[in-house]
Amino acid sequence: MFKKEFTPGSKSKVKSSAQRAIRTKVLETYPRLEPHIDELLPKKEQLDLLKIPDRVSLYCLGTTPLFWQHMDDAIMPHLQVVHKYPWAFPRIRIDRGAIRFVLSGATLMVPGLTSPGGRLPGDAEAGEEYGNGGEDLQPGDVVVVEAEGKENACMIGVLKMGTREMKEKKKGVGIENGHYVGDGLWKLDIS
Amino acid sequence: MADTATQAPTDVRPPKHVVYCGVCTLPPEYCEYGGTTKKCSDWLAATHPSLHRQLYSADAAAASLSTLSVDAQKRAEKDAQKKAAKAEANEVREAEKRASSKIIIKRVERNKRKYVTEIAGLEAFGLDLKKVAKEFGKKFATGSSVTKTASGGEEITVQGDVSDEVVDWLGEHHEEIPEDNIEQVEDKKKKSAPTV
Repeated sequence: MFKKEFTPGSKSKVKSSAQRAIRTKVLETYPRLEPHIDELLPKKEQLDLLKIPDRVSLYCLGTTPLFWQHMDDAIMPHLQVVHKYPWAFPRIRIDRGAIRFVLSGATLMVPGLTSPGGRLPGDAEAGEEYGNGGEDLQPGDVVVVEAEGKENACMIGVLKMGTREMKEKKKGVGIENGHYVGDGLWKLDIS
Repeated sequence: MADTATQAPTDVRPPKHVVYCGVCTLPPEYCEYGGTTKKCSDWLAATHPSLHRQLYSADAAAASLSTLSVDAQKRAEKDAQKKAAKAEANEVREAEKRASSKIIIKRVERNKRKYVTEIAGLEAFGLDLKKVAKEFGKKFATGSSVTKTASGGEEITVQGDVSDEVVDWLGEHHEEIPEDNIEQVEDKKKKSAPTV
């Protein structure tokens, strides 16, 4: 989605009622963020709304980007937030071979997740980190994509295919149009 | 890590602090995909030596290669080289552009003794026109704005004759701009000529 670098549009202040709505929306989508929400979205602070191309709105606090949303789709955290609280999001992992494609903005394909280096919930070796409490992820869920042998997440996006289906088919599109490290949103300078 | 998570699902862990590379802005472990690996490595060695040792050790390299097939390795390497070459070429081009582009400071006569100063070409040096315009407005206590030129670009228009001061300011705050690239021009109203 943010493959090209872009220039932000207008910056405006978020009404406090809208700010509350964002807060509840975030908590609804990411219940595991709850212990950190006051740190992330302090009640008294003024949020800013930054309009960026393709009808995406980015919410930021001062100069730190926090969440972005495409039209009325799911609200997604900026990867810097993900790096701070990785355990608060459902995570999957890709194998090493797929990293370079993801980082150049390609669509994430399923074989990168089902191969030995990849991790999906329900895998025998998924463990606590990628297990997601033993539940399968559904299409439309927001997931953080980590990489084999790397500590930090490299991408976040909406699943196109449920994880159970992935394991059966082992091919096709996994995530389209995500936000990855080094893309336009990542490089965006807010000041 | 697993233990704490099972005890309390809503564990209050302090936020993780992630170091970001000063060259390519990615987390350092992803530097190898950025195309400026060499520089990133140098930067990390200078600022976070322990992390550098951990990431760029022979062990790490071996681990990263062992999981890939020989074929995939070759392809990845080729890709990386291409990317590096591209990044380098880009940089060279940018530098060239910088060297050849000029900042033109034009004094335009508005009304006999009144002048405006038009400053064009700042964007080639990576300055944000809007911010610089605001800065000029504050510094000279005059109106200062970003205006569109006939040729499609943008320039800063400052009220009053401040061309010398602008040159000084540029020299003071943006030392990366070579002085030779700043040019001062005087522009008399051409329309007024035929009436005389």
